[in-house]
Amino acid sequence: MEQFISITLELLSGLASSVFLFLFTLLISLPLGLITCFATMSKFKPLSWLSQGVVLVLRGTPLMLQIFVIFYVPGLLFGFQWPSLSTGNVWFDSTFSTRFIAALVAFSINYAAYFSEIFRGGIISIPKGQFEAGAVLGMNKKEIFFKVILLQMVKRIVPPIGNEIITLVKDTSLANVIAVTELMFRAQQQLNKGLIWPIFYAGLFYFLFNALVTYLLKLTERKLEYIKV
Amino acid sequence: MAYYSVNNLNKSFGDVQILKNINFSIEEGEVLSIIGRSGCGKTTLLRSLNYLETIDDGEVYLKDELLHSNSFPKKESDIIKKRIHYGLVFQSFNLFPQYTVYGNIELPLKLMEEKRKKENLPSILTKPINEEIIDLLTKIGLENKKDFYPNQLSGGQSQRVAIARAMALKPDILCFDEPTSALDPELTDEVLKVILELKEKYHLTMIIVTHEMSFAKKISDKVLFMDNGEVVEYGTPKEVFNSKNERTRAFLKSYITLE
Repeated sequence: MEQFISITLELLSGLASSVFLFLFTLLISLPLGLITCFATMSKFKPLSWLSQGVVLVLRGTPLMLQIFVIFYVPGLLFGFQWPSLSTGNVWFDSTFSTRFIAALVAFSINYAAYFSEIFRGGIISIPKGQFEAGAVLGMNKKEIFFKVILLQMVKRIVPPIGNEIITLVKDTSLANVIAVTELMFRAQQQLNKGLIWPIFYAGLFYFLFNALVTYLLKLTERKLEYIKV
Repeated sequence: MAYYSVNNLNKSFGDVQILKNINFSIEEGEVLSIIGRSGCGKTTLLRSLNYLETIDDGEVYLKDELLHSNSFPKKESDIIKKRIHYGLVFQSFNLFPQYTVYGNIELPLKLMEEKRKKENLPSILTKPINEEIIDLLTKIGLENKKDFYPNQLSGGQSQRVAIARAMALKPDILCFDEPTSALDPELTDEVLKVILELKEKYHLTMIIVTHEMSFAKKISDKVLFMDNGEVVEYGTPKEVFNSKNERTRAFLKSYITLE
């Protein structure tokens, strides 16, 4: 029993890491994805090509490899060290380690690439008439996007974005390849001590986490139900 | 000089010339109907006037202000200043689904007021914004539907709201692009009635692209018949509908046999 409690606490601290990684990744990659989407859709061709190239690479190579590259390559080439941030939080690892920051950067740009294409799909699915109606009513491009298009787009992309978000919950476990002390890393520590069950226990954590995410996505969908497009 | 005049307007898509030397003019409070077969260029003409398409050549004047010339304004804010002389009602309404009827009219008004304030331009409102909106809804007879969402309205009601919205910024010229073509036959009348009222009660200057011949005959001060990108006939309804011109007769005949 004592072992169970101590391992639970151990895994919970790993979960805290995973949750932070998850939340911050979303916080960065959603807006970054929107910017990337605008770049891809830009009429200025060089910018569009650049953006499409970056998305091609980010979607075309393993996320695990990208995590390695982002963590090690800046150091090897330029002697650059990712910063670490002290949080003073005893519950959490007390710092966002350099490893955590590097993983966060890798996740953010990788997911931004996926999100950008989902956003693009959402925008081109909106009938042209909505853009034109905004235009003839004297709105500029920015107003048309934020006041007319955005919410209709969000409504349409909740299911595919939800898919990505759920994948992200599980993908956070990839951060353990650079020894970020997230949930899977903690479970593996137990495995190395010869305990198998904590790895399944960790699986339960992911599952419950995703059950919660799924519920929140359903709630969002219901909130947007009044928009009939 | 006419209130509004279009002079030698030309437009091509690639090698295909869609609009060939279009000329017409209307006086304040007049209604011009544009008729013609599908693909004759009448919708493109209306879209060009509303800056949804560029033109290759030609000039358009509203009183003494040059609205269009072959140099399309580059700056977005310059296009906006010119385009709000027009209001446009689309065939497919294009109401914003996430806003109520009230919100659909409020949004463009509020955004325009904000922009004008920033540039120190006078407000276009003559009374508080909510009264202004209710007034518009009263004109189209839908003040009791102000809190409804577009999907809760019939096609005819949607189009009437779209008309009120197009009038919100007080355009000098209200344009209609086949306003009843997307409607069931039993719903067209309520929309046509509203448009007729705009002429009779409020004396709005309007350009209407339409397939409703009897409506065009009734409401128009001038009718313009287009075929193959050019103006074939331009005159009073009496002149056009009794024309001796073969092309005009052939076109009108196809409608008369149907009616």
